[in-house]
Amino acid sequence: MPIKYNDFVIRFANVNGSGSASANGMFAKALFRMGIPVATRNIFPSNIQGLPTWFEVRVNEQGYLGRREGVDIMVAMNAETLVEDVASVSPGGYLLYDNSKPLAKTLRRDDVNEIGIPIATMMLPEFADPKQRSLFKNITYLGALAGLLNIEFEVITGMVATQYKGKDALIAPNIRALEIGRDYALRYLQAPLPLQVRRSDAVGDRIMMDGNDAAGLGAVFGGATVCAWYPITPSTSVAESFENHANRLRVDKASGQKKFAIIQVEDELAAIGVVIGAAWNGSRAFTATSGPGISLMSEFLGLAYFAEIPAVVWDIQRSGPSTGMPTRTQQGDLIGAAYASHGDTKHPLLFPSTPKECFDFATVALDLADRAQTPILVMSDLELGMNDNLSEPLQWDDQARYDRGKVLDSEALQKSEVFGRYLDVDGDGIGYRTLPGTHPEKGAFFTRGTSRDEFAAYTESPEAYERNMQRLELKWQTIRGLVPAAEIDDQKRRVGVLFYGTTALPIPEALDLLHVDGIALDSCRVRAFPFGTEVEAFVQEHDLVFVVEQNRDAQMRTLLINELQTAPAKLVPVLYYAGLSISADTIHQQINEYFTANKLSRISEVQS
Amino acid sequence: MTFVAKPKVHHPNLPLNELGLTRRDYEGSVSTLCAGCGHDSVSAAIVQACAELSLPPHRFAKVSGIGCSSKTPSYFLNKSHGFNSVHGRMPSVMTGANLANRELLGIGVSGDGDSASIGLGQFAHIVRRRINMLYLVDNNGTYGLTKGQFSATNDKGSTSKKGAPNLYEPIDLVSMALQIGATFVARSFSGDKAQLVPLIKAALMHKGMAFIDVISPCVAFNNHNGSTKSYEFVREHTQELVNADLIMTHPEVTVDYAEGTREDVSMPDGSTLRLHKLDADYDAHDRVGALNYVQRSQEQGEVVTGLLYVDPDPLECHDIMGTVDQPLNELNEAQLCPGSVALDEINASYR
Repeated sequence: MPIKYNDFVIRFANVNGSGSASANGMFAKALFRMGIPVATRNIFPSNIQGLPTWFEVRVNEQGYLGRREGVDIMVAMNAETLVEDVASVSPGGYLLYDNSKPLAKTLRRDDVNEIGIPIATMMLPEFADPKQRSLFKNITYLGALAGLLNIEFEVITGMVATQYKGKDALIAPNIRALEIGRDYALRYLQAPLPLQVRRSDAVGDRIMMDGNDAAGLGAVFGGATVCAWYPITPSTSVAESFENHANRLRVDKASGQKKFAIIQVEDELAAIGVVIGAAWNGSRAFTATSGPGISLMSEFLGLAYFAEIPAVVWDIQRSGPSTGMPTRTQQGDLIGAAYASHGDTKHPLLFPSTPKECFDFATVALDLADRAQTPILVMSDLELGMNDNLSEPLQWDDQARYDRGKVLDSEALQKSEVFGRYLDVDGDGIGYRTLPGTHPEKGAFFTRGTSRDEFAAYTESPEAYERNMQRLELKWQTIRGLVPAAEIDDQKRRVGVLFYGTTALPIPEALDLLHVDGIALDSCRVRAFPFGTEVEAFVQEHDLVFVVEQNRDAQMRTLLINELQTAPAKLVPVLYYAGLSISADTIHQQINEYFTANKLSRISEVQS
Repeated sequence: MTFVAKPKVHHPNLPLNELGLTRRDYEGSVSTLCAGCGHDSVSAAIVQACAELSLPPHRFAKVSGIGCSSKTPSYFLNKSHGFNSVHGRMPSVMTGANLANRELLGIGVSGDGDSASIGLGQFAHIVRRRINMLYLVDNNGTYGLTKGQFSATNDKGSTSKKGAPNLYEPIDLVSMALQIGATFVARSFSGDKAQLVPLIKAALMHKGMAFIDVISPCVAFNNHNGSTKSYEFVREHTQELVNADLIMTHPEVTVDYAEGTREDVSMPDGSTLRLHKLDADYDAHDRVGALNYVQRSQEQGEVVTGLLYVDPDPLECHDIMGTVDQPLNELNEAQLCPGSVALDEINASYR
């Protein structure tokens, strides 16, 4: 049997809270350190201990990072889910399980290779403490996988040494557990398997990081000084990351005092209120939340839109309300976020696709909020936010300056004859603002919602209201030119595909699969709302555009139809919303079927 | 307010304070509240307090929620920025404003509907965070702008203008503030300027969370017989407990008070807070005692006014957080951004 290198999907089925996350993370990191591209996905319940959890690693030399259907190796460590776990293994795949208790006959499959390892039995004489026995089971199967897949053993033992630095007593038993697993595999099993790994240089200088961590770090670099937040999965780690990094990078060396303020408040209403109060007073401020938090923040978002106050909100999207499915990824908040609140409101959205883009967009969002004096929502999701993934290394330009937008300081006020907070001096719909306490005589104004004139004086005049609303619309047009442009690959084909956020991950693979079927598509990765002219042109210049997204209602498609007046028939939804991240196979299949059903011509036919 | 440059005219006989400013420099625009509204007296008291303290009139951050009370920040301190925000959410906006610039004096004005009903959660949490501010509630027990519905501070049995009694228990913000961490708690009456002005002055100089509940009758909807927040009822049932007088390090500001026990409290800025205790046994530094006293008086139908509790050496939110002395909104790139060299090291730690 020929050996297949660096191309498989492995899934670990565990019990939540059993310590498996650490071992599974080390598995992925070891392959990454061998230079092999990996993408990790944590599928977890709304639970701390006891419920099933899965960890999936896509290993792919070509660098396809999206999810792929099918499991080649199942590490089945949860008796409760064994039936479905065995069923999910692809034909010809491998089932690694603990055969201290034999596998029920009913579970056996002729088309799956069983790898039984008596892990529990081997742990008994080694570790006296039952809790340790349970923890080291995970390390033992990691050791066995090292033998089975030919992972460089020193890479793993090196990681153990780093991870438990300072807790040296833990190093020896961890390495012992690794050796028990590896030795069993080498002695009693046919190791290595025909499916294995080998050192590669496909990773290059990329790093492995999750998007929320990158977002929090980006906010430190981007100059955020106030963060207010309320815990909600999957966004919590954005604030935690900001705090961790700021505690290291933003502390005054002489005094030990903090050059930032972070506060866990009572709810999301307070979180956005604090952000708006801080930004009104000239701090760069942000919060992080998920869909239900956006719902709660809606009233404040409307006020900030009308009062024209900067704010940055990270929405790490997830599915549905309540608990359960909400620990699964989705892109379901687009419409809710774009038009959040009462009255005529609309908000710019940013769509990061990678950890590096999360880092970059942290600053982009803070700059844009200050420049446009309006809330900016960064639409990440659980897939990007909470999973360790490959990313280009983070970069910072030391010459770059924060864009604080149009703020008049004391000197500028002193010189000015006339100041109107909502006067459109530059013709771009954006007025000049002042910060509280700037000047003894000039520049103070009273901030309120809609009932004001250009000089911030109270009025309920119909004309003043209309003028204000029209200026806000002009500002919206200005913002179209300020947001990050879409990434477009336009070969002047007739059909295109449009996607955003984590839907970008499986796209390269999906396009390659489609190409084999004679389907070649131009592509457009939308990075922001409102759509720039380049997105408008892409949609106009193609006969048909597939809009790929992870929600039921084709929300990006709705935004395109609504904002660009596109004929709906031209935009074909390609959707997935069942709780995992969208796979290349799903995209391939839906587009291929559409071509077949509608008898669209394929490359060979066009060329002939 | 946003300005169009215009010459300033002063009445020649108005007294000047230490900054050479008159009361006029601390005023706001003309009130649009009903004639006789208690809230206007509160705004006037704020103007007087700030002028007498010679505080720079542009160095305030005025924040409010929604309601009659929340309109008032435009009726005082025109030279400072104000923010009429979201119903019940003044505390979060004020928290953010204070985190951004710890040097500005925060005045948050709210009402009983704004703080005790829709905003009860935010009220409680800003108090426990101990934001350095004056949190002032214009308490009239009713919703004025929507024409006379009961608010959560309305006493059980107190009647509406149409005669219907309130069936539910009242929320006492003073008791809550005492319980959850305010370091300065007072209650007063909008009709008692002699008591209110010194309390506001003391609260402004208090470096911590200062809460004042001001009973402020609603002449339109809650000033009838049967209401427990009418001018008449409050005047008849008030029990003045501890009146305060703030004495700055230099020229003494003297106010006439009824004779009683005196106690001087040194403030961190060098000024002195002089307490006039009308009940010689009352201890304004005993938080639990204050809570008991307020609750017991309430049971007897009495409204206790005055300075109920003060912590002379309070901790405020910035002390708790350990933030830098310089306002966060003044920090520049060099102070905030770790730069590319630090980032290279960070990249390496993710490999």
